[in-house]
Amino acid sequence: MTEPLSPPLKRSPLNRTQLPSQPPAARSRTSHGLTRAAAEGRFALQRCTHCGAFCYPARDICPQCLSTDLPFVDAPNGGKLVSETTVRVPADVYFRERAPWRIGLVELDCGPILVSHLHGDCVAGERVRLSLQLDKSGQAVAFAKPQEETPAMQDDRQWRELTADPKFRRALVTNGRSAVGLATVDALVKAGARIVHVGVPDRWKPFPEEERLRTLPGVKLVPLDLGDERSVRDLAADIASKTDILVNTAEFVRPGGLTDRKGTSFFQMELAETYMGLVHLAQSFGPTMRMRGADGVDSAAAWVNVLSVYALANWPPFGAHAAAQAGCLSLSHCLRAELRSGGVKVMNVFTGPIDGDWFQTLPPPKVAPRAVAEAIVSGLRNGLEEVFVGDVAQDVRRRLAANPKALERELS
Amino acid sequence: MSEAARLRRPYDGVVVAAPVTIPYERYSLESAQWWIGRALKALVETSRLDKRAIDGLVVSSFTLQPDSAVALTQHFGLSTRWLDTIPLGGVSGIAGLRKAARAVQAGDADVVACIAGDTNQVDTFRRTLENFSRFAQDAAYPYGAGGANASFALIARHYMTRFGATREDFGRIAVSQRANALRNPHALMKTPLTLEQYMAARPISDPIHLFDCVMPCAGAEAFLVMREDIAASLNLPAARIAGTIERHNAFAEDVVQTRGGWAMDVSDLYGMAGVQPDDIDVVLTYDDYPFVVMMQFEDLGFCAKGEGPRFVREHDFTIGGDFPHNTSGGQLSVGQAGAGGGYLGMTEALRQVLGMAGPTQVAGARTALASGFGMINYDRGLSSGAAILTGPSA
Repeated sequence: MTEPLSPPLKRSPLNRTQLPSQPPAARSRTSHGLTRAAAEGRFALQRCTHCGAFCYPARDICPQCLSTDLPFVDAPNGGKLVSETTVRVPADVYFRERAPWRIGLVELDCGPILVSHLHGDCVAGERVRLSLQLDKSGQAVAFAKPQEETPAMQDDRQWRELTADPKFRRALVTNGRSAVGLATVDALVKAGARIVHVGVPDRWKPFPEEERLRTLPGVKLVPLDLGDERSVRDLAADIASKTDILVNTAEFVRPGGLTDRKGTSFFQMELAETYMGLVHLAQSFGPTMRMRGADGVDSAAAWVNVLSVYALANWPPFGAHAAAQAGCLSLSHCLRAELRSGGVKVMNVFTGPIDGDWFQTLPPPKVAPRAVAEAIVSGLRNGLEEVFVGDVAQDVRRRLAANPKALERELS
Repeated sequence: MSEAARLRRPYDGVVVAAPVTIPYERYSLESAQWWIGRALKALVETSRLDKRAIDGLVVSSFTLQPDSAVALTQHFGLSTRWLDTIPLGGVSGIAGLRKAARAVQAGDADVVACIAGDTNQVDTFRRTLENFSRFAQDAAYPYGAGGANASFALIARHYMTRFGATREDFGRIAVSQRANALRNPHALMKTPLTLEQYMAARPISDPIHLFDCVMPCAGAEAFLVMREDIAASLNLPAARIAGTIERHNAFAEDVVQTRGGWAMDVSDLYGMAGVQPDDIDVVLTYDDYPFVVMMQFEDLGFCAKGEGPRFVREHDFTIGGDFPHNTSGGQLSVGQAGAGGGYLGMTEALRQVLGMAGPTQVAGARTALASGFGMINYDRGLSSGAAILTGPSA
């Protein structure tokens, strides 16, 4: 059974920080069908359209009927662990540093045989369920867990290497004034985060939740104005080396598109708060977090951006806001590539309109701030890269995948 | 005799000669081209052939990039009318022999130099693992980066569970091969190995322990395949090819590999050769891991499937034993010179049936079987092959 994780010891300033290394990253283009599924937490395999056979490893030709029509489809993930080994002398640095490392052969009920990373509670000969995870190179890998839940299974060493579990980690929530920010603080505390720094812009303004936040264990309020480069730098100087998970809940929502707004001040403010805010955060916190990707139980693990789903497709009634969010989305892909060498994940959480002040006049469905917060924690615990919260976000994602042009017309 | 064996043409008019080994080195600053070229020179010297008489070349190597065999013709000043590059690792020797023999028999070449060689520089092994195949890169190497050790550990564990094999059984194979190697001046391993030492070795990828693994090294192995009348005119000792088999991706339906392609074709092998397993004087199996040797004892008909462990307990595999096996010491004790490992059994088989094995010679050996196994593309070894050679007086 998995031993529950022990809280990390205080670091000795005399010790060198272990630098991050990456597992083997080379993959064929076809196998990125698995990466796509892993990013969203789905289990998918190639299935031949002609003969119905599931295939693995990723291939270009069906070994049963030689068809080239092998789309990735969601697949049943149950199987049996038919053999296992513990690799004690790996050939590369990443696994050498983490050896001994358990892997196994899993025979799936739907046919294919997968080499898989193993949860410590998996037993040879018994049933397992597989998932696709993103490893520290950002590439999809299979992971087998025992069929039944076991105590403390989330604390498994090999599982934790593939996830960004908040347990015992230290987080920064960048905007404690927003409803989503507040709910995220609560969810991180509940998930076992050791410290949650909460950024508060305009400290002089009244802050109704302040007293309650102060009573939560590990929560510390810090001044943070995302649009102000100096403010972000100052905070990073204090806490960047104690930030294992950064949740960017920057929020600046104002209605209007291009021609309906008068003047450009709102454009500049929303860009300053969201787009430039992300730039400031990335420049101030990114390098330190990237250095700390292998720094023990509370290593730097993830960067979360809460984004409007309209970052993916412009919604003219909030068109300027959507454009700023699209800018942030693009930046996030750049950030993801830059943090990968540190093994720090970048997770984007896409939401529809939030049930709160700024979308007051919109009809339901709207997303409860708590639902966003729970999706963030669940995404961290499962090591995801893309999360779509609520019906609107799911709907936009599906419509976009089906026909981007149709979605453009529908949104206008 | 099986239908397939009945239809196969014997290798009439073709012989194998001039077994060559370029003594191995753990690490080498030289290139694969250098090692292969030295083997070619040794072939010329051993056979006393004019280099210009070599009109066919087949080469196997993991470390030859960016070259293939054609680049070597210019590099070595050869002009050949038949050429092949065989990227089959442990089956290179058998596959090279088969192709060369048919080319000579058909008149497409008169003398084919069959050479496998690799260099081993400090980073060679890791790079070979990293870039082995697309499936390995996508779906095996990212899982612990254990390479062949991890992949074969998964197969070995399953074999042990299913057939009751123990580490002691595997140890008997490794220990007897070390005893043989102590008589081979070219073996890299020079000290005796006891079963106690084998059992106490450090684990590499359970159940694979240190003495289950081969040592990567630099080296080359080679032989000539030629027209029988040419060998006779040179007065060159030569062996006949009694039978061969080769198979790729056999038994894809087996969830975990418990048998190699030999099991599919073994009746052809003996049928074509007109001999039975009992008639074989020396057996040279492909020994990347001892349990793979055990699998070959079963699949090549020396015992039934699952009886490998009992077979190992009941026989003595040393040079003077009742079942002389891997008399040179095999890759486990000589070293694995890349694709040269796929030739090691062939050159030793040839020496044995020609009576040229010197300190490792099995008295009266006339018929030898060499087998090959290789290419763990994803979860199993895909390629298998075997050949039976007979000496002049067989």
